[in-house]
Amino acid sequence: MENVVKKIKEIADDVYKKILKKKYPELHMPLRSLQNVKYDPKEGYFELVGKEKGRTMSVSTIKTFAQSLKMMSLSKELVETNDIATKREAYYVSKNWGDARFVSQPESDTVMDDIEAMLMVNREQIGFIPEEKGGDVAGKLIVIDKDPDTGKVIKIDCTKFGSGAYSIPSSVEELKFETEAKFVLAIETAGMFQRLVKHNYWKKANCILISMGGVPTRACRRFIRRLSDDMKLPVYVFTDGDYYGYFNIYRTLKVGSGNAAHINKYFCVPRAIFLGVTPQDIINYKLPTHPLKDVDIKRGKDALKNDPFVHHYKEWQHAIKQMSELRARAEQQALAKWGLNFVIDKYLPEKLKNPKSWLP
Amino acid sequence: MDKSEPKEAIAISLAKKQQEISISQFFEKNRHLLGFDNKRKALMTTIKEAVDNSLDACEEAKILPEISVEIIDMQNERFRVIVEDNGPGIVKNQIPKVFAKLLYGSKFFRLSQSRGQQGIGISASVMYAQLTTGRPAKITSRISKDHPAHYYELHIDTQKNKPEIIKEDEVVWEKEHGTRIELDLEASYQAGNQSVDQYLKQTSIVNPHVTIIYTNPKAEQIIFQRATDNLPKEAIEIKPHPYGVELGRMMSMLKMTEARTLQSFLSNEFSRVGSGTSKTICENAKLLPNTSPDNMTREMIEQLINGIKNTKLIAPPTDCISPIGAELLEKGLRKEVNAEFYATTTRPPSVYRGNPFIVEAGIAFGGNQSAEEPVNLFRYANRVPLLYQQGACAVSKSVINTAWRNYGLSQSRGALPIGPCTIVVHIASVWVPFTSESKEAIAHYPEIIKEIKLALQEVGRELASYVHKKKRVGLELEKRGYITKYIPYVGEALKELLGLKDIDERKVEEYLKELLEKKRGSIDDLEFDPSKNEEYDEEYAKIGKESDDESDDKSEKESDDEKQTTLD
Repeated sequence: MENVVKKIKEIADDVYKKILKKKYPELHMPLRSLQNVKYDPKEGYFELVGKEKGRTMSVSTIKTFAQSLKMMSLSKELVETNDIATKREAYYVSKNWGDARFVSQPESDTVMDDIEAMLMVNREQIGFIPEEKGGDVAGKLIVIDKDPDTGKVIKIDCTKFGSGAYSIPSSVEELKFETEAKFVLAIETAGMFQRLVKHNYWKKANCILISMGGVPTRACRRFIRRLSDDMKLPVYVFTDGDYYGYFNIYRTLKVGSGNAAHINKYFCVPRAIFLGVTPQDIINYKLPTHPLKDVDIKRGKDALKNDPFVHHYKEWQHAIKQMSELRARAEQQALAKWGLNFVIDKYLPEKLKNPKSWLP
Repeated sequence: MDKSEPKEAIAISLAKKQQEISISQFFEKNRHLLGFDNKRKALMTTIKEAVDNSLDACEEAKILPEISVEIIDMQNERFRVIVEDNGPGIVKNQIPKVFAKLLYGSKFFRLSQSRGQQGIGISASVMYAQLTTGRPAKITSRISKDHPAHYYELHIDTQKNKPEIIKEDEVVWEKEHGTRIELDLEASYQAGNQSVDQYLKQTSIVNPHVTIIYTNPKAEQIIFQRATDNLPKEAIEIKPHPYGVELGRMMSMLKMTEARTLQSFLSNEFSRVGSGTSKTICENAKLLPNTSPDNMTREMIEQLINGIKNTKLIAPPTDCISPIGAELLEKGLRKEVNAEFYATTTRPPSVYRGNPFIVEAGIAFGGNQSAEEPVNLFRYANRVPLLYQQGACAVSKSVINTAWRNYGLSQSRGALPIGPCTIVVHIASVWVPFTSESKEAIAHYPEIIKEIKLALQEVGRELASYVHKKKRVGLELEKRGYITKYIPYVGEALKELLGLKDIDERKVEEYLKELLEKKRGSIDDLEFDPSKNEEYDEEYAKIGKESDDESDDKSEKESDDEKQTTLD
């Protein structure tokens, strides 16, 4: 933690010295976008390639320049006093910064992510935590946590939540696990997760079910990563059969995102495997579909053109082509066409048995 | 024959009623043609005619004019007007004719840039005074200290258009030379737009060599001090150019010439015609060069005019025109309008109908002028301000037909532009074509309109570059303001991060501001500073703008606006 404060001070000192020398002060930070990452198949995640953006005293950057320095100051204070602030709290703190205050939270989130990237640390290390909870877990997993007051070890059995589920905390670094499950199934929608929990699918398949609720949070990604690393469990991902499920959810989980490339190293799950719904599933199971909209088609083209992950995997290129020929997408729930429990009785068992139907 | 007798008798009885109308009688009935439409205007016109004559006389005699104008309120809508100059004076036996005979003057038959043209103005004023009060004009004039001053009291015999001398005398006068006229007339005095005050002020703007001492009916004295001791360049008299001479004029010129042949008539009486050109004109007119001017018939004269049209002639000489000059025009504008930006131009001479002329234009933008009103338009002809009939004037038409939007002013179709702006246009010519004898509006000659537009475009372009620059600077200032707004937060954050002292924090802010200035370069300060214009005289600018009687002023304006719509 002191390391972080030292780094912040170094950067601030650099700015100060530049000003004293009557030179334009600048802050440099990695460009957080797909243009600035490459896919490293060996490591299995998106790595930064070193493009930077600068903030200085120009009309377009002066405000964020001042805000970045103020945000660094807030971070330093948090770390030094061993306090934390949620992203939203940080946004409200800025309301006391006069003209330099943030107008909306996405602005403050961006500046926060920039500082994180500049320091190459995780946001929690500089005192900021997200509000969102990490995701829901049910199945054959015991999470070992500590009582926040006494520090006493608590064992949480994820089979004992009935029709409910264990909620992943915002920080998962200190957790430990015990499990005899064979695999982890990460699910996009809460609806599908509910169905599988209700019918105790985890018992039948001897697995851990995790609801990601859309794009997985950092905590959720880290949680899955640790299960993958520490427990050596295979991770299967089950999303809607559309580009959002493929890239925003699955690709982010597996190799990280352009936006948070500086922390992908910790938050990726390189061994994750895409189970479905694949374009081939749509054909094979004759699933009811929705037509692709223009934006969907564009999203596919973009992925083919700009996504280093897609560039690396012919299978994904093929899948995108297949989907654009189908001109259609399908939701997880579309499997209900063949009966409500078709997904449990037929689809998942068949898919799990057949690795050729997976996507990397 | 017997039957035709009654017809003859009617004709004879009709003939009894037919009689010669003297020009004085004609104008007695048509006084509006001379600028005596109403009492207020009558006062302005009387003073204008007297002052114009004085200025012409002084300049011709190369005397720096010093003119005293006094209006005394005699109650019951009667005013006494006294105008006195330091001009060359008038020789004794000419005095009655100059002041009490219409169409008697020195300027009609010659072509040179002067204020007066026809020799009507001052005698019309005398007549107006006589008609409204019955009082004679009182004239005093002296030509040098070796001569006595002559005093006359004059009436006009309107039947015969002849002066009627009521009283004549030799008097003692402290002035070595000069002329003084005193008239009692029915009039009404009112300050504000189109007033005597405005006329005198506008005269002083374009005649910076003139001093006018003005005493208004409230007995307040205003002195318009001359701004330069240099007389304007002397206006040179030129012979008429053939292109500008019409049939009637040609006839009278042929009658009066001393030349024996048509060829020598042409080369003697016209400018730009030598014996060679003269011969060519005769050839083109199919007339013998040795025709005697006395023997020219109407048909032959028409032939001659057609011959002239078909002959290529060099344009008339233009050095006879004396413009105000861009510099003095700007000086005058600065005195009147406290603006941010001034531009003036003097066009090269041009020619209409054989008459050389020069157009000058000036513009004063911004400052304390209203941005929502139509621009102020000052019109001048031969250094005389034109206050009436703005709508009928070629100047207004040219201003309206110029695309001011290109120059940063807003303008709707067929209207004066809107903006914080004063526009001045001056036309100098050996013969300014007015639409009427009261000399209030300039006729719409295409050549003149074209030149005015070119002049306006010249100053317009300068205005546009200023307006754009101002916009640019405004934008840059806005950007700097934006950046400067965040500088304190940089200082504050660094103070928090590094535990700086207050003094160091201030240093950071100071340095950053310095850096900003250095990096973005210096910019011109275009903020309007009212004290920057040293020529501007607030008291002076007020003259002729105040108004005692709002309603009357308004009706005057309205009638003028009406003319604008009907004549455009």
